[in-house]
Order: sequence, then structure tokens, then C-alpha cells
Amino acid sequence: MDLELLARIAPFIAEAALVTLELTVVSAVIGLVVSALVVLARFSRLAPLRWAAVAYVSVIRGTPLLVQLFLVFFGGPQLGLDLSPFTAGVLTMGFNIGAYMSEGIRGAILSVERGQSEAARSLGFGRLDTMRYFILPQAAPLMVRSLGVNTIILSKGTALVSTVGVVELTYSAQRLVTSTYKPFEVFAMAGAAYILIIGIISLIVRMVEASFDPSRRAPA
Amino acid sequence: MSTQRPMVELRNIRKSYGTLEVLKGIDLSVERGRIVSIIGPSGSGKSTLLRSVNMLEEVSAGEIWLDGTQVNQPLSGRAFERHINGIRQAMGMVFQQFNLFPHLTVHQNIMIGPMRLKGLSKDAARQRADELLAKVGLTGKGGSYPNRLSGGQKQRVAIARALAMQPKVMLFDEATSALDPELVDEVNLVMKQLAGEHMTMLIVTHEMRFAAEVSDHVLFMDGGVVVEQGTPDRVLANPTEDRTRAFLRKHLSN
Ligand SMILES: Nc1ncnc2c1ncn2[C@@H]1O[C@H](COP(=O)(O)OP(=O)(O)OP(=O)(O)O)[C@@H](O)[C@H]1O
Ligand SMILES: [Mg+2]
Repeated sequence: MDLELLARIAPFIAEAALVTLELTVVSAVIGLVVSALVVLARFSRLAPLRWAAVAYVSVIRGTPLLVQLFLVFFGGPQLGLDLSPFTAGVLTMGFNIGAYMSEGIRGAILSVERGQSEAARSLGFGRLDTMRYFILPQAAPLMVRSLGVNTIILSKGTALVSTVGVVELTYSAQRLVTSTYKPFEVFAMAGAAYILIIGIISLIVRMVEASFDPSRRAPA
Repeated sequence: MSTQRPMVELRNIRKSYGTLEVLKGIDLSVERGRIVSIIGPSGSGKSTLLRSVNMLEEVSAGEIWLDGTQVNQPLSGRAFERHINGIRQAMGMVFQQFNLFPHLTVHQNIMIGPMRLKGLSKDAARQRADELLAKVGLTGKGGSYPNRLSGGQKQRVAIARALAMQPKVMLFDEATSALDPELVDEVNLVMKQLAGEHMTMLIVTHEMRFAAEVSDHVLFMDGGVVVEQGTPDRVLANPTEDRTRAFLRKHLSN
């Protein structure tokens, strides 16, 4: 290990880590919005909306993220959609992770016993109020956990946008290797930066999870 | 207010799951303040019938009436949703598995309906909740979460929760079936108390003794039809149909 080298590349890695963090946060926010819409469509009373949601999720899950990214970034201009690498990256990853997040949210909602919504409906609560006051609060802990897992997967997936020229952690590391010829040190440091980012995400997820008092949950 | 109009009326109710017909034309009329018990073997359609009354199950044919208003009106979408939510506020339902809201305290379980659906203030809802808790013998339990309660206590909270909406009718689907034997009486006691207050009740039960004690009318169902009905004395003590006799023999022997 060349300590002096590590000190020299650290600022570059740190700067690139911030880009990776930014990619993750922006994509996650887009993903959250997308997943909320997909879940709404999925539980809609209108069959075509439900079918559209199912189709969307299958298409996203059935194709590689890299292909989706190339389709948007390289294929986009053909449709008059000329996006910067960063924008193409976060849009693709946001819409991609949104599909996975929607499945997690749906699973969490379905994990709440049927009797809960029957009890709410029998009191006279409507569909939306039943979701809002009874189902979502009970689904929340599982939902947060699954959103957290997806965000961690997303943060590692951001490495793919190096292929369209966004200088995030992975791309930055590759460039540092060509100037230093020390791939081991450079990639080890990049890896450490990913671990730090994922650690931050996990910490946030755990804090949110802890805010749901487990004593209030029904024993299984 | 007409004294003739039944509180609950079912006319020729039919219900199929796919090709399986589980209710084959049921008629029932429950006068205000009357208590009707529905008995019958497993799978005979008792729960399906009870759940049809507040449309937790949608019937395939027939009419359901509550106090002069048709429950299963042919409305669409939002209009039906508004209509049925109003109807359900007037019918309390108690489930075998209690279905208390585990993320809410006992107080909140009871208060949330009156506050969100009837616009009661927090103070008024709280006062009503405390009165109901006293009535079901659970004074002081308001701050507990459901997972801290015994089954019998849970079911009594569930009854209080339903009563907080001040319903015209109470529907009970095997309210004591999930309880340990020693906890059955405390729930039955609350139901008897309601009977004494002339609450209109439809009770699905497998407890023949309880049915005999509280009911004005007993309905014996088998295979989706009403085989025999009448006063408890008639149906439980002197049944005329073979199927009723066979069912009672089996049920009284164990
Ligand atoms: N969702 C459903 N889909 C298909 N069949 C159903 C459904 N719910 C009930 N059934 C069938 O309808 C019939 C009547 O069921 P129901 O639950 O009303 O009987 P029950 O008299 O309440 O029985 P139990 O005493 O066991 O509670 C049964 O044959 C049951 O298998
Ligand atoms: Mg049943």
C-alpha cells in the first residue's frame, strides 16, 4: 500500500463519491414517485390501469438496466430526447428502481391481514381512508425496509452510468488508474467509498425503522 | 316511524363463487330490537350470509334492506362507495378474529370511527369511548395496545368499537369461536347485555345454549338454504327436519 498515493487520490475519490451520492439520491426520489404511481395504478379499480402497471413492472424487470440506459441515452436523440449523461442516468435508474420499489410496497401492503381492511370497511371507511389510516401505517415498517434495500441496490447500480460518461466513483477510479497505474489502491479506495455511502443509507433506514415502535405491532 | 318496517330484510339472496352456489335464495326479516341467531354446519353459508348484509360480500341476486333503505343499490363507482359507507356506519360488525387495529391503542381503536366518519371532537369521542369501555368492563384499558389484551378483552374492545358508531344493527360472526373456553362467558355477557337493551342483532354462532338463551328467532342453514326457522323452542328443542335433528344431535353431544 502506497499511503502517499492514497492521500493524493483521496480528494478525487471524495469528489466522485459525492456525484455517486447525488445520482443515488436523485434516482431514489424519482423512484419513489414512480413507485407510488405504479402502486396506485396497481390497486386501481380500473382494469386498464392495473394492466399497465403490471406491464411496466415486467418490462423493467425483464430487461437489463444497461440496455435501458443505452436506449434512453443513445436512442433518445432519435426521438428528439437529447439528455445529458447525468439526466439520462437518473431518469433511467429512477424509473428502473421505481418498478422494483413498487413491488416492495405492494408486498408490504398485501402483508397486512385482510381482516384489517374488512374491519375498517365495516365501520364505514372508504377505500382510500382504509389505506391511509389502517393499511399503510401497518405496512410502513416492511415498506421502509424494502425501500432501503432497493436504495442500496440502486447506489451500487449507479456505477453503470460510467458507461455514458458520468464521472462518478467507478469512472473516476478508472481514470485515476490510467494516471497512477495502481489499480489495487484506487479500486480498494473506491470500494471503501461505496461502503461508506451504503452505511449512510442503512443508518437512515434503521433510524426510520426505529421510529415505528415494535410494541405497537401485532404479534404474529 | 313505522313499527311494521323490518330493521333488516333479505329477499331471495343468492350468492355464487364461480360455479359454486353457496346461498340459494334466502329470505329473512328482522324486526327492530329482535335477535336472530344463524346456526348450521361448517360451510353452510352462515358467514357469507352475514357478510352479505353489509356487503362485505357482494350478492349475485336478491335485495338487502336496512330500515327502509336498500343496501345493494345498483349505483356505480363513487356513488355506490358513498352509499355503502353510510350504510355500513349504521351496522356494526364483530369478527371471529377480532380484527382490532394493532397500531392503535384501545382508545384510538374506538375513537377513530366517530372522529373521522362522524366528525366527533376528540373530547366527545374520548368520552364515548370511556363510556363504552365501562360498559364492556374494560375501564382503564384505553391506553393499552391490542397485543397486551387477552382474547376476551380484545373481542369486548371490538364490540365497543362497533358500538361507538351507534349502529342500528349489530352483526356477530362467531364472536366467541376463537376464544379459550374460560373467556367465552365474558363476551357472551356483553352480548346479552346488548340484547337487554333491545339492540337488533344477527348472530352467527355454534353455541346452541347461547342461541337458545338470547334469540327471538333461530335460523338453521344447510347447503345454502334455510332448512328450518322459528323460535328457539321450536327449532332447537323441537326440530321437525331431519337435517336439523342430525345437526343438533352432533352439536349437543360434544
Ligand atoms: N372467497 C371464497 N371463494 C370461494 N368459495 C368460498 C369463499 N368464501 C366461502 N366460500 C365457500 O362458500 C361456502 C360457505 O362458506 P361460509 O364461510 O359462508 O360458511 P360458514 O357456514 O360460515 O362455515 P363455518 O361454520 O366454517 O364458518 C363454503 O363452501 C366455502 O368454501
Ligand atoms: Mg363462518
